[in-house]
Amino acid sequence: MEIPRDDLVAMYAAMVKIRYFEERIREIYLDDKLPAFDIAAGRIPGEMHLAAGQEPVAVGVMPHLKDGDAITATHRPHHIAIAQGVDLQQMAAEIFGKDTGLGHGKGGHMHLFSIHPEFGCSGIIAEGMPVAVGAALAFKKQGSDNVALSFFGDGAANQGAFHESLNLAALWNLPVVFICEDNRYAISVPKEASTAIADNSDRASAYGMPGVLVPDNDPVAVYEVAREAIARARDGGGPSLIEVETDRLWGHFEGDMDAYRSDEFKAAMAERDPMKTYPARLLSEGVLTPEEQEQLIKEAHAAVDEAIAFAESSPYPRPEDALLHVFA
Amino acid sequence: MTTLTERKLTTQKAIAEAIAQEMEADESVFVMGEDVGVYGGIFGATEGLLDRFGPDRVMDTPISETGFIGAAIGAAINGMRPIAELMFVDFFGVCMDQIYNNMAKIHYFSGGNVKVPMVLTTACGGGYSDAGQHSQTLWGMFAHLPGMKVVVPSNPYDAKGLMIAAIRDDNPVVYMFHKGVLGLGWMTPNPRAIGPVPEEPYTVPLGKAAVAREGTDVSVVTVGLTVHRALDAAETLEAKGISTEVVDLRSLVPLDREAIVASVRKTHRLLVVDEDYRSFGMTGEVITTAIEGAFDYLDAPPARIAVPDVPIPYSRPLEQFVLPDADKIVAGVEALMAG
Repeated sequence: MEIPRDDLVAMYAAMVKIRYFEERIREIYLDDKLPAFDIAAGRIPGEMHLAAGQEPVAVGVMPHLKDGDAITATHRPHHIAIAQGVDLQQMAAEIFGKDTGLGHGKGGHMHLFSIHPEFGCSGIIAEGMPVAVGAALAFKKQGSDNVALSFFGDGAANQGAFHESLNLAALWNLPVVFICEDNRYAISVPKEASTAIADNSDRASAYGMPGVLVPDNDPVAVYEVAREAIARARDGGGPSLIEVETDRLWGHFEGDMDAYRSDEFKAAMAERDPMKTYPARLLSEGVLTPEEQEQLIKEAHAAVDEAIAFAESSPYPRPEDALLHVFA
Repeated sequence: MTTLTERKLTTQKAIAEAIAQEMEADESVFVMGEDVGVYGGIFGATEGLLDRFGPDRVMDTPISETGFIGAAIGAAINGMRPIAELMFVDFFGVCMDQIYNNMAKIHYFSGGNVKVPMVLTTACGGGYSDAGQHSQTLWGMFAHLPGMKVVVPSNPYDAKGLMIAAIRDDNPVVYMFHKGVLGLGWMTPNPRAIGPVPEEPYTVPLGKAAVAREGTDVSVVTVGLTVHRALDAAETLEAKGISTEVVDLRSLVPLDREAIVASVRKTHRLLVVDEDYRSFGMTGEVITTAIEGAFDYLDAPPARIAVPDVPIPYSRPLEQFVLPDADKIVAGVEALMAG
């Protein structure tokens, strides 16, 4: 099936925005902490898990979403939130711990919650998967054609919550799509040392649902597979599992020495970086002109710079606001 | 003169009636859990609901507590008001992440934007030799963790009103029913487990303690089945000339600290009774509250009776040794009065 040009370009625009956002966050994060790394120091303290390299998984899915669809994501959530259209300024402000943030500074980068669009994420591996099942259950009960998407990593596929979620979703025929971002490493442990089978997509068969492996870190490949899975879920055809082999270009968190991955592996990742390969393809196929590309990059960068400026200039919450929002 | 015949229900039937009435009134309320359908809940909390509301609203789940409690969270965020049943509170170990890290924290993390209106019902308590993985109360642990209300009814009237309040609350509420207060036909008969319950829906506010019995010499503060034990003890003590006030906390979160302080200021003596483990729990919290708010009123150091920091043992004499009962409360009060 043809992919509309608008979608091809929108995916690229989202990728540019994501990569630049991650680069800016990384720069600010490290800038305040080096040369003597202090995780508590600087404008962005705490752990920081960045998603450079994993953009295709997020942007390939989003063109198929509609208003009211729900997403749960992981401790590495920025690319998914940006691709879905979560307010970039409020998201940046939350990462800076500011009062204007999505959660008024209570959540931080691993706990971003948005109502429109509906997005949530968590610092616990596989924690969001049953929640996506529940969102899908609500949609079914309410007779809406909304779907829920659960993003998770290859490490999460060994958690009980993964298996419980797939079983419930299939048992109740729910409109949920499980999307495994397989970057081959659960922090330092390679998939072959943690997972009894080669492809997590094969685990779908244990629950009687379709499972598809996307072996390329390519937005177009993700787009096509996600289109079918999301359409099936929307039409009442039930859940499915997608596994995308992707790349985490940087460490598990910023400050990770990343000594567990070989130089060859890292060089190969850099070589196949989708930020190089995808625009090259768009240009060579005439989907995008160099002028259009330049304009698109300019706009994406401006949006990110604006969001970060908003975050930087926003006030911190009052210290005593820590006591608010335990209960509604 | 007319005689009003009050309708009486067991606590279990009062709970099931409360859920049914809220399901009737609000399409978004539904029930999910293990054996909540045909069986009606192992402890009868969902008795009759399947026949009345059908399998879409009374959902038997697999033995998959992480899955279905997490799903209740997702449904609650999306406009539903789920009631999820964790069959025994002892089973929390397989699903606590969803409860304390997710259900209880999403509202806070979201800065108040996302609401999680759900009820987690669960059976707790011992005294019938079900051994150490089916007899604990554990409410102190849930109450320790911020972001969830913790409700523990002791009688049919409160059970119905607290359940309706819990369902209508916009927060996660852990509704813990002690098996000994339910009035189940297969448990040791308990006359205090049956009582008058109005037919129409009503609420009992969460966070308001009740004075279950007025007294002037000593305050016994407790919750759940040990409210019954304390009331039994108070009768014995009355015959001995000691006037005992029994305070039923009804919920640990919110904790009605004013009621604790008011009672201690009135009686000047405090005994806290808890079927949970002794250390780092409810007894310590209630005594601290009394010391903070009524230190100058105390005529004796506050005392406590709780499970002495051992797992609940199986054999009857062992179990009865560790659980609070009326005799221990009588002895505890007498020691306080002598002090």
